[in-house]
Amino acid sequence: MIKVGIDIGSRTIKLVILDNNNLVNHQIIDTGTDPLKNTERLLKEYQYDKIVATGYGRYLVQKHFGFPVITEIKAYAQGACFLFPSCRTVIDIGGQDSKVIRVNQGKVEDFEMNDRCAAGTGRFLEVMAATLGFTIEQFGKQACQAQKPVSINSMCTVFAESEVISLISHGENVYNIILGLHQSIVNRILAMVGKIGFEDDVVFAGGVAKNQCMQMLLTQRIGKKLLLPKEPQIVGAIGAALSG
Amino acid sequence: MENKYEKMWQDIGLDVPLHNELLASINKSFQATVGAQKNRPEAMKYFDHVLHESHGGRVQELIDNKAKGNKTVGTFCIYVPDELILAVDLIPIALCGGTQFSIPYAEKMFPRDICPLVKSTLGLAFSKTCPYAPIKSLAVGETTCDAKKKTWEILAKKVNFHVLEVPQKKKDLDYKIWRDEIDEFKNKIEELAGRKVTAQKLSQTIKIMNDKRKALQKLTELRKNDPPPISGLDALVVMQAALNDEPIRFTENLNKLNQELEERVKNGISPFVKGTKRVMISGTPAVMGNWKVHSLIEKSNAVVVFDETCTGSRYFENLVSENFNELDKQLDALADRYLKINCACFTPNEERLENVVKKIDEYKIDGVVHYVLQYCHGYNIETLKLDGALKEKNIPTLKIVTDYSEEDIGPLRTRIDAFIERLA
Repeated sequence: MIKVGIDIGSRTIKLVILDNNNLVNHQIIDTGTDPLKNTERLLKEYQYDKIVATGYGRYLVQKHFGFPVITEIKAYAQGACFLFPSCRTVIDIGGQDSKVIRVNQGKVEDFEMNDRCAAGTGRFLEVMAATLGFTIEQFGKQACQAQKPVSINSMCTVFAESEVISLISHGENVYNIILGLHQSIVNRILAMVGKIGFEDDVVFAGGVAKNQCMQMLLTQRIGKKLLLPKEPQIVGAIGAALSG
Repeated sequence: MENKYEKMWQDIGLDVPLHNELLASINKSFQATVGAQKNRPEAMKYFDHVLHESHGGRVQELIDNKAKGNKTVGTFCIYVPDELILAVDLIPIALCGGTQFSIPYAEKMFPRDICPLVKSTLGLAFSKTCPYAPIKSLAVGETTCDAKKKTWEILAKKVNFHVLEVPQKKKDLDYKIWRDEIDEFKNKIEELAGRKVTAQKLSQTIKIMNDKRKALQKLTELRKNDPPPISGLDALVVMQAALNDEPIRFTENLNKLNQELEERVKNGISPFVKGTKRVMISGTPAVMGNWKVHSLIEKSNAVVVFDETCTGSRYFENLVSENFNELDKQLDALADRYLKINCACFTPNEERLENVVKKIDEYKIDGVVHYVLQYCHGYNIETLKLDGALKEKNIPTLKIVTDYSEEDIGPLRTRIDAFIERLA
C-alpha cells in the first residue's frame, strides 16, 4: 500500500511516500504564497492509496481536497518513533514554531510549544542571518569561529535584530554575535524541556536540526547525544503518512 | 436590528457609526462560532436573542425603567451581590467587555500590558460604544486584581463609583471586613434608590437569585450526560445572557431549556456522539463577545462539560440561605455565600483546588484546559498548584494564556488539537 504524508509548514511543504511503511521517496518545496496550488502540483506526480496532511496548512487542504489531518505534534511524535524506536523526547524547531514533545511508543505524553510569535524558531535564525549578511545554510557554521558568545537578551525577533545592530555598532565580533543568537534559541528550548522534562533518547528534528551549531549546543546543554534524522525536515510528513 | 435603535443610541450619546462597526464585528464572531454549530436546542433561540438585544432591546428596557425611578447599576465582578441591588428595585448589569474591537481605544490611555477584559471594558466606554456607560447611575467595582483596583480610581473621577473590598484570605477577620463592606454597599444603594432594603424585600430577591442559580446548576448537571445534550459553547451563551438579562425572565427561559435538554437526553439527541472526549475549562471568565476557546475546543471534536470560571460554576455554586427573616441575619447569609467564591485573588485558595478535583470525578473529565486571560497573574500562577493535584489523578492539562485577538489562532488551534489528540 502506498501512503502519502504531506506537511504544509510555514516555510516549506514536505511530502513523503511510504510503500508498505518503507520510506521510498520524499520532496521538499517552498510553501510560497499559494500553498494550495503548490500542494496540488506536488501531488500530481504521485499515485497513492492513502494520504494524511499535517502542518499549518492542514485545514486548508482538508477544506479543498478533503484529506484527513493530524497535528504537527502527533506527526512529529510518530515520525520520530518510526525512525528511532527508542525515541522518548522530540525537539522540533521548524520555520515558525518550536516544540518539545515527550512520547512513549509513538503516543504523545506531553508537549510544549511556543504559543505566539516566531521567537526561538527557524524564522528567527533566517532574519538574523539576513541581517548579518549570511545565507541560512552558512549561518550555523559561522558560529564555530566564535571565541566567546555574546549574550543576546531579546527573544523577540524584531527586538533581537535591534540588539544585534547595536552590538555591531559597538564593534562586537560578528561570530560571537552569531553564537550568542544560537544560544538564545537553545535557552528557550531548554525552558520548554524544563517544563515537561525529558527522557532518553532525544530526537532533534525540523529544519533547524540541520544547523551544526544548534546540534552542538543542544547536545552540550542537554548532556546527551541527540539522535539526528538524515532528513530532519520530513519527520512530520512521515508521521502523517503513518496515520493513513 | 441596527436601524431600529439608532435614535436611542444617538440620544444616549453613542458614536453610532462606530457602534455599528462594533456590532458588525461581534456579530461576525458570533456567526463564526456560536452560529456555526449544528443541532442546537430550540430553546437556545431565547439566549441568542438576549445577546443580540444586549445593545438594543435591553438598553431600551433600562431607559424605560430609569424613567420610572428604577436605576441601573453596572458591575464588573460576580462578587457584587445582585440581591441587594434588586432589593431596592435597582437593576444590576454586568459591564465586562469581551471584544477585541474596543481594546485599541483603551490602549490610547491605559498600559497595554493589563488584561483584555479590563481593556475591552474601558475601550467600550472611551469610544462611546457601550450603551450602559451613559445610562447607569452607579458603577460597582471591587478589589479582585490590581489592574481593576487602580482603574476604578481613575473612573471614579468621572462617574458615580463604589468599590467593594474583597478580602484576600478567608479568616474570621476577613469575614468581618467583608460583612462591613456588605453593610456599606447596602447604604450606598439605599441612598441611590431613595428607599430602604427591608427583610421582606431581601428575602424575595434572595429567592429570585437562588432560583436563577438552581436553574444554572440544573443546566450544569445535565451536562454530566454522555453525550451531553448541549454544547459547552451554548452553555457559555446561557451564562453570558445570565449576566445581562432580567433574572426572573431569564430563569423562566432557562427552565424551558432545561426541560428540552431532559427530553434530548431521553431521546439521545446531542450535538456530539457518545464517547466524545470531555473537557473542563478552568480559570478566567469568557464574557459576551468572547467565544474563542470554547469554540476551538469543540471544533476539535471534544466537548466542554464543565466551566470552573466566573462565567461558570463560580457564578452559581452555593445558594444564599433562605432560613432567615431578620435583615441582619440575611446579610450574614449573603456575606457567607459570596465569600465562598474561590477567586484566585485569595490566598492560599485551597478550596478551589478541592472543588476542581471533585468535579473531575463527577463530570468524568478527560482533560482540563487552564484558561488564563493574558496578564491575569493570579489565575496564571495558580495553574501550577492545580496541575500538581491533577497530575496525581492522571488528568492531562493544557494551559492557554491568550487575549481576545485572532493573532494567535494558528498556534492555539494546533495546541488545542494536539491536546485533544492526546486524550484519545
